[in-house]
Amino acid sequence: MRTSSDGNERLAIRCENIGKRYRIGLRPQNRTLRETISGMVRAPFRALASRGRKSENDERDVWALRDLSLEVHHGEVLGVIGRNGSGKSTLLKILSRITKPTEGQAEIQGRVGSLLEVGAGFHPELTGRENIFLNGAVLGMSRREIEDKFDEIVEFAECGRFLDTPIKHYSSGMYVRLAFAVAAHLETEILFVDEVLAVGDAAFQKKCLGTIGNSAKQGRTVIFVSHNMTAVDSLCTRAICLHEGKAVLEGPAASVTSRYLQNWLPAFNDVVHDNIETAPGNEMIRLRCARVRPLNGIATDQLTVRTPLVVEFECWKLSAHSKLSLAAAVVNEHGVSVFVTAENRESPAPAGLLRSSFIVPADLMNNGTYRLRLGVFLNGIAVTVVADWEDLLIFEVHDAASELRGAYHGYWPGTVRPNLPWKTELLEPLPASVPGAQSGA
Amino acid sequence: MISSGSRRADAIAKTIIRSSDSFFTLGWVDLKRHYGLLYFLTWRDFKVRYKQTLLGVVWAILQPLAIAIAMAAFLGRLIRMPSDNLPYPVFVYAGMVLWQLFAQGLSESSNSIVRNEQLISKVYFPRLLAPLSTILASLLDFTISLLVLVLFLAYFRIAPTAAEVIFPLFVLPVVLSSLGAGLWLAALNVKYRDVRHVVNFLVQFWFFATPVAYPTSSVPVRWHMLYELNPMVGALDGFRWTLRGQGAFPTQSVTLAVFTSAAMLLTGIYYFRRTEDTFADFI
Repeated sequence: MRTSSDGNERLAIRCENIGKRYRIGLRPQNRTLRETISGMVRAPFRALASRGRKSENDERDVWALRDLSLEVHHGEVLGVIGRNGSGKSTLLKILSRITKPTEGQAEIQGRVGSLLEVGAGFHPELTGRENIFLNGAVLGMSRREIEDKFDEIVEFAECGRFLDTPIKHYSSGMYVRLAFAVAAHLETEILFVDEVLAVGDAAFQKKCLGTIGNSAKQGRTVIFVSHNMTAVDSLCTRAICLHEGKAVLEGPAASVTSRYLQNWLPAFNDVVHDNIETAPGNEMIRLRCARVRPLNGIATDQLTVRTPLVVEFECWKLSAHSKLSLAAAVVNEHGVSVFVTAENRESPAPAGLLRSSFIVPADLMNNGTYRLRLGVFLNGIAVTVVADWEDLLIFEVHDAASELRGAYHGYWPGTVRPNLPWKTELLEPLPASVPGAQSGA
Repeated sequence: MISSGSRRADAIAKTIIRSSDSFFTLGWVDLKRHYGLLYFLTWRDFKVRYKQTLLGVVWAILQPLAIAIAMAAFLGRLIRMPSDNLPYPVFVYAGMVLWQLFAQGLSESSNSIVRNEQLISKVYFPRLLAPLSTILASLLDFTISLLVLVLFLAYFRIAPTAAEVIFPLFVLPVVLSSLGAGLWLAALNVKYRDVRHVVNFLVQFWFFATPVAYPTSSVPVRWHMLYELNPMVGALDGFRWTLRGQGAFPTQSVTLAVFTSAAMLLTGIYYFRRTEDTFADFI
């Protein structure tokens, strides 16, 4: 049995049947002393009995995490994906000891740093310099460590001139930079990172992800919770996918993310609201339905890279004279905007139930999962947003055999997959002096 | 979770996370490891209190001083309140200084968990540090206002006494009981925001039950035992006794103060540690 103990020594994190139960009835913040006391006065025995009773399965109980077992080796970078509410954050909170599990046990070998939020403990009244020390201490750095890294942190944050200014006067960009600079200099063997960390503009997000990537290269153990499949693919060696508090997928990062996108992300490619009173919208426009379908088919048919797609919307336009136009934006699973298209309208459409649609030609979309956002704009003197429905449709475009691929069946990269006509022509035949050249005639 | 830099060579830190720990294994070692954070939290609590104020730390002196002057004017001059062989202004300021430590410590520590909500829900640290740091910050205020007491004594030509050496002994029950009550209220405050209102009321009530403006001797003797269950009675009696340096030592009230303040602290720690695991869930 030596092998098993040797294996254990290299484990950084081991979770055994971890579970976390929230009691919905107890969670709301407006639970006051009066309610508790009046509850006990009305039913003293029930109140006392319910205190003693423990793991009964009450219908008010919600298990944010259930029976989760997990092993993470030293130097491994584990991605955790899943929908909102699948238990990702709860797992990080348990591992970073912010909250206790209801059942199960976890063992962690090594110094832990957890970055669930940048700038935890920042105080607006304190100066940049003071907050670096405070935040460092909060993240678990010793005073000497902070002093040693102080100059690096200041340089990273690019805030040298404002070191002695209270951070309430900082711009939000400076604030985030300073906060992340401290976090980036945390040197623990184990790091827990929540994606919400990657806030701010794209350049800054890249910097954050780069820092996480670096800590992985230095052989540190990282658990990274994210919605960003590209980031998980490129940073993580392994990934798990949580669904309703349970691990439903586990394996190499790329295979988990692709299976998640295929099977666990819900598809809404046909949304219908029949009641004009309750349909989403406002006094100018209400949305009856939205759908994606193959040009010659219905919404339940499969969409492939080879099918021309129709995206159609039916709206009740409630005002006759307003010049409304629709615009749709399509984003892929990596968060990349694939295209934006807008209706170009000369005169106002009449009031009534209208159908608007556009066609996406075949051989344009790559295979993947897409999310569509629909906006309604009022073209007056200026353009104003009347309605904005995010993630209105989520649809999947499947791969299909095509002459484009030839005999190659592997991954076809690219944001789009156009079938562009290639043309090859003979400019001049090879001179006869080249060895091996033969005239075709 | 933190190993101090110089002791990196120690075996790799090992953390076990499970649903419940017994009271005696409740991470006292962890508390010791985080003393650096305690320092910074105390420093923050002290610093932030006087940020963007004109007078800054002078407020630490001004608050007890202003109330003491008002009491000296109304109660000392007009009502001629007895003051146990001390000039009334000295008597009342000495009382105010200790009372301020208690009241400030109590109200700030009972609010400490809720006020640090952002930290509690996003970072792990021994939760005990939050109330502890507010009490330590109040102790800094206390030290400053104590300097003014020295000026008072000089002005009224009260000679230093040998007994004054042991005055910290009477600060101790004040700190213990303030922290003890603060721990109870801080933990309750997480679930029941009623506590915020209760604290205001409690501090005022406690003020009347404490011999700040009047001497213990004016309380009927048959009530003394009950009255002295308030640890502030023994603390103030003992503290003033050191200033007088003569007369009978208030043995009974001081003994009771030691016991009741220790009891408040121990039960406070117990309740706080029993509930701290769920702070992040309820806050």
